[in-house]
Amino acid sequence: MSVDAATVRKIASLARIAVTDGDVEAMVPELNNILGWIEQLGEVDTDGVAPLAAVIPNHQRLRDDVVTDGNIRDKVLANAPQAEHGFFAVPKVIE
Amino acid sequence: MTAITDLGLAGLRDGFRAGDFSAREIADAFNGAVAGAKALNAFIIETPDHATAAAEAADRARAAGELLPLSGVPLGIKDLFCTAGHQTTAASHMLGGFTPTYESTVTGKLFAAGAGMLGKLNLDQFAMGSSNETSAYGNVVSPWRRNDGGNAPLAPGGSSGGSSSAIAARIVPAATGTDTGGSIRQPAAFTGIAGIKPTYGRCSRFGIVAFASSLDQAGAMAQDVRDSAILLEAMSGFDPKDSTSLDVAVPKWEANLSSDLKGKKVGIPKEYRVDNMPAEIDALWRQGIEWLRDAGAEIVDVSLPHTRYALPTYYIIAPAEASSNLARYDGVRYGLRDLPEGANLQEMYAATRAAGFGPEVKRRILIGTYVLSAGYYDAYYTKAQKVRALIARDFEEAFRQVDVLLTPTAPSAAFALGEKSADPLEMYLNDVFTVPASLAGVPAMSVPAGLDGQGLPLGLQIIGRPLDEQGVLNAGLAIEQRAGFTAKPQNWWAK
Repeated sequence: MSVDAATVRKIASLARIAVTDGDVEAMVPELNNILGWIEQLGEVDTDGVAPLAAVIPNHQRLRDDVVTDGNIRDKVLANAPQAEHGFFAVPKVIE
Repeated sequence: MTAITDLGLAGLRDGFRAGDFSAREIADAFNGAVAGAKALNAFIIETPDHATAAAEAADRARAAGELLPLSGVPLGIKDLFCTAGHQTTAASHMLGGFTPTYESTVTGKLFAAGAGMLGKLNLDQFAMGSSNETSAYGNVVSPWRRNDGGNAPLAPGGSSGGSSSAIAARIVPAATGTDTGGSIRQPAAFTGIAGIKPTYGRCSRFGIVAFASSLDQAGAMAQDVRDSAILLEAMSGFDPKDSTSLDVAVPKWEANLSSDLKGKKVGIPKEYRVDNMPAEIDALWRQGIEWLRDAGAEIVDVSLPHTRYALPTYYIIAPAEASSNLARYDGVRYGLRDLPEGANLQEMYAATRAAGFGPEVKRRILIGTYVLSAGYYDAYYTKAQKVRALIARDFEEAFRQVDVLLTPTAPSAAFALGEKSADPLEMYLNDVFTVPASLAGVPAMSVPAGLDGQGLPLGLQIIGRPLDEQGVLNAGLAIEQRAGFTAKPQNWWAK
């Protein structure tokens, strides 16, 4: 299938990446080229094959339901672009 | 006498223990070498104080008779590992100035074992690349040059290109790397060093900037097989902070090194004989087969029928996981924030991510978002997960017949910077031999095995059964001993 400019804009919006007209123009052939190459997987017969999620068999481990850390607010906020009153600050969301 | 900076990890450790030199002398020698090698652009930041402090602690420990496994040894750390109090950027503008308040498990283990840190090594941005041309901090240059007199700057491989360049140039004795589709093995091959990616789950991924979580695995890069074994031993082990960490003991890989392969079977997968492979690489592969036969191994032809589908499978799964992992970079909790005048929250996210990510990272996020989007999820992502199962099954079946597999590491020697960067697809094809083992999660290593006609290193790859790093290291040692690879790049970079 072929990706057009509108599709590139849509996936850029889903990915939360601002794109310019120039970006879109450059990405259309690049993504088509890569996706066209990926299409060859269609040749592989995968009927009855379960999708592989965990590559090395491993058990889901559960830890005791207790607090193992906490009281590290200042460490959590240390790299925040903007922190106020002990919270991450963002532009106003609700008018 | 050999210069301190030419001694590998084992040489430094043993020489320090024997009292041939102090840890401070080692740290000073390497700090000086790092400071004098800016032309390679191998480091994003240098941390001579960390190396010096660890050296002073090592000298005190020696005096007190309390030596640790890596006492006296300084290392380079790929800038994908979070290091408490030291900037960690993943070579991105997005994380410029980010200073973790916590330590990755792997670096924590290395420092607890006595190692010091010489600096944070450059890489492809968010580990996405095969040439080190996607770093926000400029390209890493390989210390190697073609013997044609042209002096074209060559790619050190990627994504662990700062690590491979620094080791090959002897400005660090060994370094950490990470491997998602070949990011340890391909740069090792390009620069004439050894590098091992262990079984998925051997090394904790806690505190490593995530790229593709089901594939990412830390590993060791060093001058030779023994040094790789020592470093990997110190990096490995169970970590409750990583839910995919394997709760198994770490074997004594160094102590059990043996190049005697009697009774071992080595598989030669016919599907790795690809079109357009340079004759020199094919010849080296045949030579490698003879070396392993000479070491006592029986050679067996095997088939991994889904090999040719590994690369397209990888370029669905890795971008899909990347698009999810990199969603955390939105300008709220850490890293860059780009807030245009009057922008709302959504606009802040989009502006931040547009400004913070380089072109290759954006390309992969967009591919990943596309293959995971409604309507395409099953056609791409689920399909790729199924093909991945078949690729893993190919390895399982091969390992019923043989103990390890031998293949070339990369389809070419190092190329010049800029030579392949115009075409993403051509760049992706560089990982054709390394990606299958990544998808299957099995251990694999590259060892330097020879030079091509232009005087550039070529590597051979050994792939092993899950958790059989020893078998991989031993076969690697057998090749190393017979290849007698002693070539070193001419020192053109030192001031």
